[in-house]
Amino acid sequence: MNSAIRFILNSEEITLADFSATETLLDYLRLRRRLTGTKEGCAEGDCGACTVLVGRLVEGRLVYESINACIRFLGSLHATHVVTVEHLAAKDGTLHPVQQAMVDCHGSQCGFCTPGFVMSLYGLWLSNEEPDRSEIEIALQGNLCRCTGYEPIIKAAEQVSLTRPSALFDPLERDRADIMAKLWTLKSSSDTIAVEKDGARSIIPGSVEALAGILADAPQATIVAGATDVGLWVTKQMRRLDPVVFINHLTELQRIESDDTGITFGAGVTYAQALETLQMEIPAFGDLIDRIGGAQVRNAGTIGGNIANGSPIGDTPPPLIALGASVTLRSVEGSRRLPLEDFFIAYGKQDRRPGEFVEEILVPHPHEDAFFSVYKISKRRDEDISALCGAFYLMIDAEGCVGDIRIAFGGMAATPKRAQAVEAALLGQPWSWQTVAEASLAFDEDYQPLTDWRASAEYRSLTAKNLLTRFFLETAGAPVHLQRFEMEEV
Amino acid sequence: MDKLTNAPKSVINGPMHTSLKHDSAHKHVTGTAEYIDDIAEPAGTLHGALGLSERAHAELLSVDLDAVKASPGVIAVLTEKDVPGFNDIASTGQHDEPLLATTDVRFHGQPIFAVIAETRDQARRAAKLAKIEYRDLPHWSDIQGALENGGKLVTQPMTLLRGEPETEIDKPPLRIQGSMEIGGQEHFYLESQIAFAMPGEDEDVLVWSSTQHPSEIQHMVAHVLGIANHAVEVKTRRMGGGFGGKETQGNLFACLAALAAKTLKRPVKFRPDRDEDMVVTGKRHDFKVDYDVAFDEDGRIHAVDATYAARCGWSADLSGPVTDRALFHADSSYFYPHVRLTSKPLMTHTTSNTAFRGFGGPQGLLGGERIIEEIAYAVGKDPLDIRKLNFYGQPGSGRTTTPYHQEVEDNIILRIVEELEASSDYRARREAIVEFNERSPVIRKGIALTPVKFGISFTMTAYNQAGALVHVYQDGSIHLNHGGTEMGQGLYTKVAQVVADAFNVDIERVKITATTTGKVPNTSATAASSGSDLNGMAAYDAARQIRERLVDFACRQWKVHKDDVEFLPNRVRIGTEVVPFDTLVRAAYYDRVQLSAAGFYKTPKIHWDRAAGRGHPFYYFSYGAAVSEVSIDTLTGEYMVDRTDILHDVGKSLNPAIDIGQVEGAFVQGMGWLTTEELWWDDKGRLRTHAPSTYKIPLASDRPRIFNVKLAEWAENTEPTIGRSKAVGEPPFMLAISVLEAISMAVASIADYAVCPKLDAPATPERVLMAVERLKAM
Repeated sequence: MNSAIRFILNSEEITLADFSATETLLDYLRLRRRLTGTKEGCAEGDCGACTVLVGRLVEGRLVYESINACIRFLGSLHATHVVTVEHLAAKDGTLHPVQQAMVDCHGSQCGFCTPGFVMSLYGLWLSNEEPDRSEIEIALQGNLCRCTGYEPIIKAAEQVSLTRPSALFDPLERDRADIMAKLWTLKSSSDTIAVEKDGARSIIPGSVEALAGILADAPQATIVAGATDVGLWVTKQMRRLDPVVFINHLTELQRIESDDTGITFGAGVTYAQALETLQMEIPAFGDLIDRIGGAQVRNAGTIGGNIANGSPIGDTPPPLIALGASVTLRSVEGSRRLPLEDFFIAYGKQDRRPGEFVEEILVPHPHEDAFFSVYKISKRRDEDISALCGAFYLMIDAEGCVGDIRIAFGGMAATPKRAQAVEAALLGQPWSWQTVAEASLAFDEDYQPLTDWRASAEYRSLTAKNLLTRFFLETAGAPVHLQRFEMEEV
Repeated sequence: MDKLTNAPKSVINGPMHTSLKHDSAHKHVTGTAEYIDDIAEPAGTLHGALGLSERAHAELLSVDLDAVKASPGVIAVLTEKDVPGFNDIASTGQHDEPLLATTDVRFHGQPIFAVIAETRDQARRAAKLAKIEYRDLPHWSDIQGALENGGKLVTQPMTLLRGEPETEIDKPPLRIQGSMEIGGQEHFYLESQIAFAMPGEDEDVLVWSSTQHPSEIQHMVAHVLGIANHAVEVKTRRMGGGFGGKETQGNLFACLAALAAKTLKRPVKFRPDRDEDMVVTGKRHDFKVDYDVAFDEDGRIHAVDATYAARCGWSADLSGPVTDRALFHADSSYFYPHVRLTSKPLMTHTTSNTAFRGFGGPQGLLGGERIIEEIAYAVGKDPLDIRKLNFYGQPGSGRTTTPYHQEVEDNIILRIVEELEASSDYRARREAIVEFNERSPVIRKGIALTPVKFGISFTMTAYNQAGALVHVYQDGSIHLNHGGTEMGQGLYTKVAQVVADAFNVDIERVKITATTTGKVPNTSATAASSGSDLNGMAAYDAARQIRERLVDFACRQWKVHKDDVEFLPNRVRIGTEVVPFDTLVRAAYYDRVQLSAAGFYKTPKIHWDRAAGRGHPFYYFSYGAAVSEVSIDTLTGEYMVDRTDILHDVGKSLNPAIDIGQVEGAFVQGMGWLTTEELWWDDKGRLRTHAPSTYKIPLASDRPRIFNVKLAEWAENTEPTIGRSKAVGEPPFMLAISVLEAISMAVASIADYAVCPKLDAPATPERVLMAVERLKAM
């Protein structure tokens, strides 16, 4: 067992044994390292003022991803390269092309959000040679600017894409081989790391097996992958957690595999990692991924976490339930699998026994003739939490009747839940305007939603019905929802 | 001046009317621009956190702070009893806003005590441990609740009256009565409130405050501590955004930091968490506008009678001038032959609403535009035609008098609107949209062109003054200081351009320095879009004085007439000789010429008699117009802004790049106000949208997909402002009304444009869908 984490901060190798279980990267940077370029805007992963890049080895490659430092715990940074805004400009003060483009395009006004935007743009520039406007907007979903109206920032992103990474001026390009070698060394040990401070422990298990053992000993442990939810328990509710067990580094949990039974996602697969597979195999689900949080959240948050935290407004459970996904729970006792819809028992209550953790999610391939759609409705289109989110899976039989139907909604009940009465009203009936109109009334049997700040009960009920109408229209060949960019434009 | 050149050149770097970059742009992108939380903390710095009320309205029966005091790291807990001076931070002198609650609390989130601890984390944790007993009292959060409970006001209402609206409103053939609800808005400056106080000797205290109004912070700290103004110095280098939210709302944090610093003799920082900032501080006022309008069959307005009721919160703060400005803008760009406008600044048990970009003007103007929309749907015409029919006329037309009896003398609205109408191809696009809607059952489109006319000057006449301090050092470098504050709007850059221009030297010679009450006293808030108008002129005045002394000196020394002294770029021609600027400066120093000057400016022409409702409150008007096109989904109420074209008047722009940035930013911020930004209080009076996770300001992907923004290049201020420029901060905010009205038109298509959808703001997807449903049911 080791008692320190090791990572690289900009150009410096760090060995850190003195940190608390819930100490954030942002506090570490600002308070302990005086790296004050990274700002705190909201401390909940929404505004992006604290954006930094974290480099890690993924399948032998060194990948840099933007994340929110405000809700990232130090314990999750072992064997990574943390890059802050201070690392970009050359020693002689020459700006990095990303920074220069922001200056040239008048991309800053008050400047407080600017380092975060610079880091998000930097992350995009490293990973995408020629982003179109849609890709730029997606990359910036996690960055709020209240001054500029964004137009000059978008222009800066377009301008900088004309310059490509070169070891001549780009520090990450220059040091890539060296950093990779160092991270390999750090990652090579499979010893569990445990650090205790202020009476709380950070545990970084060396393997999934070790994780199971740790949870058997400490079933009260808080399991943290991306901390995009748990981070707020700390920054907003000031909860004390002990121990915190980090799993984001466990490659065994980052498996994405497609075989006859379906697509398997390890619990540690981030939204960003799942995106490509989903876009290819289940495009409607892929489109939804781009509307979960901002890029920083998608680079950290996991589908496993979205399920395990049991929220009634998580975005992935409705499509997963509609697709008939199952979840595998593991403990020292072994593994068990259950349909995902059975995992959610009641508000705040899931079928997860002491010592168990979510190991993987299996998503059956939709039938090639099936219709599948997911609709997320929120006040703001991007980086918002669902008012409601509905997923529809439909098979029409040879007679034109509903052969198979699965409808699941989030935001309509205390858990993500199927619309069983609506499904019953549709099953076996002709897939027609009249059937849909009649069946949609059954939503009132399935759901008695609440009124809150995201929407009224009335709006939720009406919209759920209307989404069935939208789904019907789409199966009839008319894409009827708004699209910001027509295909030929992007 | 080793680094700066004196080489001959034809034009200096950074004169007025050029697109110079923001002075801090380089520091912004490298993360080296210093905000208050970035200042290196001296050893022993303590951190404060607030203890907040958990009731909307209650008597405080007991406040037990023992557990707070015993919490790890806590050094002190401050309550109202610890205030040595006045427990009062009411910005307009109404003494209705205690720094810390005394016997009762009047909104959920009102500060009751402050914890000071070794770390911020310790202070925040300790603040949760208080045991407070309350006796609940009746509370109401909104305008409806206030009206139902007697309509108590927080400050004096105002009435504007011209002509005989009471009798004239019955005369024309057509009359409409209606009402509109307009939501408030959270500022969401990216840098939340913050203050950092350093105790000095005697009674001295130095406060860094993220504020638009250092002088008010100074006065308020002195007031709370019971000391003279001269003992308090307030510094502000830059804010991470202000938007009006740091005009008065920094008082709380600065006063507590100063109080703690003086009490404990240690540096103290107060930086609330984002959620706490949003719960505690004031916001844009919500309004309910009740209107009664009489007009003829063509749509020409004859009389208007409207009441503007506002949710002001628990204290007055700036609600008086905010609701006044709403009335000043209820006419939008239109001549009302007979008019009565009344304000109702209502008390509610919510945070005390405050300044926010436009300062009531946007709500006033929006009410006026709703009236136009009502008329257009009633007479079956394009709202743009109704607008043109009712615009103020040119002098001599008999249609130039405002409801406050000021004449509109600089009217360019028709030219702006018609140029935009042509350049945006408005008519053809509107026709195409009507056609599109006929064959599109689910997706509907709308388009709207709306104007802005905005009065420039503080309506509190005394605020229209400014000071500046300019030093020229012996090496020819220039130190610039003025009373305006930098919150991202580029004020420092613009004023530096003015000074560079005045001396005809490269802008690199001009050092922009942090605003401080020790250098320029008795300043006004950087607000009301007045920053460059006031401070630009004051800085020019200071530079002019030094320049004149240099000219006098040159005349004496070189024995030439002053007409023979000419400031060339970085050099001065004296007779036939050309000398570098710094050579002249150094020579002047040796001749004992004073090379420092305090500049001053007060806006001419303005006066205002509030009781009479008459005067000339505005020095001039700024104009602009926008046309927006949107698509809505009639199944869900979701929408997108497809395109916006803007033509805006900033007079002769001091810095076109900065001004375009202001126009674009204001527009998108205004769009947020009218679309996705919704404040939501629950039945306990708790604000539940208190973080970016629940309160949704626009993202990059919300801005208009096609966004064409132009300044009216031909425009020039008819008044002799600095460089004939115009104010820019607030007016373009109201261009976003075009988005709301375009959504409204898309909704109206449901009932074949025969019914005004009366879409209230913010038009969240929910409000849009419900409007669609209303029209479907008709």
